[in-house]
Amino acid sequence: MISLEHVTRHYGDRVAVDDLSVEIAAGELAVLVGPSGCGKTTTLRMINRLVEPTSGTIRVGGRDTRELPVTELRRSIGYVIQQGGLLPHLTVAENVATVPRLLRWDRARTRARVEELLELVGLPPAEYASRLPRALSGGERQRVGVARALGADPPVLLMDEPFSALDPITRLRLQGELLRVQSLVRKTIVVVTHDIDEALRLGDRVVLMRTGGRIAQVATPGTLLAHPASDFVAGFLGGDRTLRRLALVPLRSAELRPADGAAAVERVEAAASLRDALEAVLRSPDGRAAVVDGDRVLGVADAEVIRRAAATG
Amino acid sequence: MAAAGVVGLAIGVWAARRPQLAAVALGVTGVILTIPSFALFGLLTILLGIGNPAVELGLALYALLPVIRNTRAGLGSVDPAVVDAARAMGMGPAQVLWRVELPLALPVIVAGLRQATVMVVAIATVGATVGANDLGQPLLEGIRGDDRDAIFAGALLVGLLGVGADATLATLERGLSRSRG
Repeated sequence: MISLEHVTRHYGDRVAVDDLSVEIAAGELAVLVGPSGCGKTTTLRMINRLVEPTSGTIRVGGRDTRELPVTELRRSIGYVIQQGGLLPHLTVAENVATVPRLLRWDRARTRARVEELLELVGLPPAEYASRLPRALSGGERQRVGVARALGADPPVLLMDEPFSALDPITRLRLQGELLRVQSLVRKTIVVVTHDIDEALRLGDRVVLMRTGGRIAQVATPGTLLAHPASDFVAGFLGGDRTLRRLALVPLRSAELRPADGAAAVERVEAAASLRDALEAVLRSPDGRAAVVDGDRVLGVADAEVIRRAAATG
Repeated sequence: MAAAGVVGLAIGVWAARRPQLAAVALGVTGVILTIPSFALFGLLTILLGIGNPAVELGLALYALLPVIRNTRAGLGSVDPAVVDAARAMGMGPAQVLWRVELPLALPVIVAGLRQATVMVVAIATVGATVGANDLGQPLLEGIRGDDRDAIFAGALLVGLLGVGADATLATLERGLSRSRG
């Protein structure tokens, strides 16, 4: 869906992005992550040509982005920035209607689309449509930003540090919201963040970049944690990457010990992650937790079960 | 005044785009503003003859500075992130200007127009000395004929006009800043 081929961007003598090539599949949520100054935002902004590459080719949907007039290209790519970037003099509904208006949709269609989108991001139109951005909380603004980016149903969504300005609780909730919305709309999404936890949580794949605008590793979150390609990657992931990986592996994949009748004190749902299971095991006085599916006991997990599942999963 | 408004706005927008030009425009109009009105009108009558046109041109020149300065300041105060978002959604440069930048800069621009208007009303009275047909005339005649009533009537009218114009634009300005972020 999106392909970057040998893309380079210079600012004077400074190289922001250096010969970067990556493919992002349709329906995939890719996260660009790395330390500040690694060129991740520049990379994102080259996709909708807010920044022009010095050299290299970028294709969206198979077409070179230079083929289309730049305004047309941008109208077909949703864009979300920190704090939403809403137009402060326009209402929530007018903001969400921005791109449909630019595309000259008729009134009825635009209105229907705005209501649909506000519902999608969990803001009842009756309550929110005619409010001004400054009458919204940070989290609400960010939701409006996402609704606006989806305005004309673009196949591609670019998000630049979308949740960075939010408090941790709201951030976590909106990350969950994004995954929910994504499961409904299945867009090709590229998110930029400096927060490795956010990257691991959101990404189908993570593009880890390092200073100098180069790719350090492209992998799924699980692979990244299990097999970091270099010391830099391992360092960026942090010392607790084994623990973090547990959160990504489902308990279902573990080979459980048979339930031997002795009722375990702690119980954990089979739908949970290895991390939740470890939590239950550590809490349990005998180091064992019953794995249940509703009322049915499937087996027992202990530290060894989790260790083996983590090694294979 | 209207002419100064339009020209000043255009130069202001232009100046906001090019910082170097802004310095020049503000410098030139700043110098104009320091020329005493009597002298400027005098100079312009040499070019345009005695009467209304010279005074109108003079007033327009005076009005330029506050209009340009505030247009530039207004556009400069617009959050770059908002402009960035507008561009990213596929607005062209003209659409960004008309739909985003000017609406957001409007309260500051109107404040500039207000300053310019009040100033122009005051300076216009001097225009009578070079033969313009304006409210300065009763004042001037009053002074020549030592007619206190005429002076008073003229001053009152000028004062009322100035205060009235100021109040109208002030209301507009407040209304605009209320309805906008």
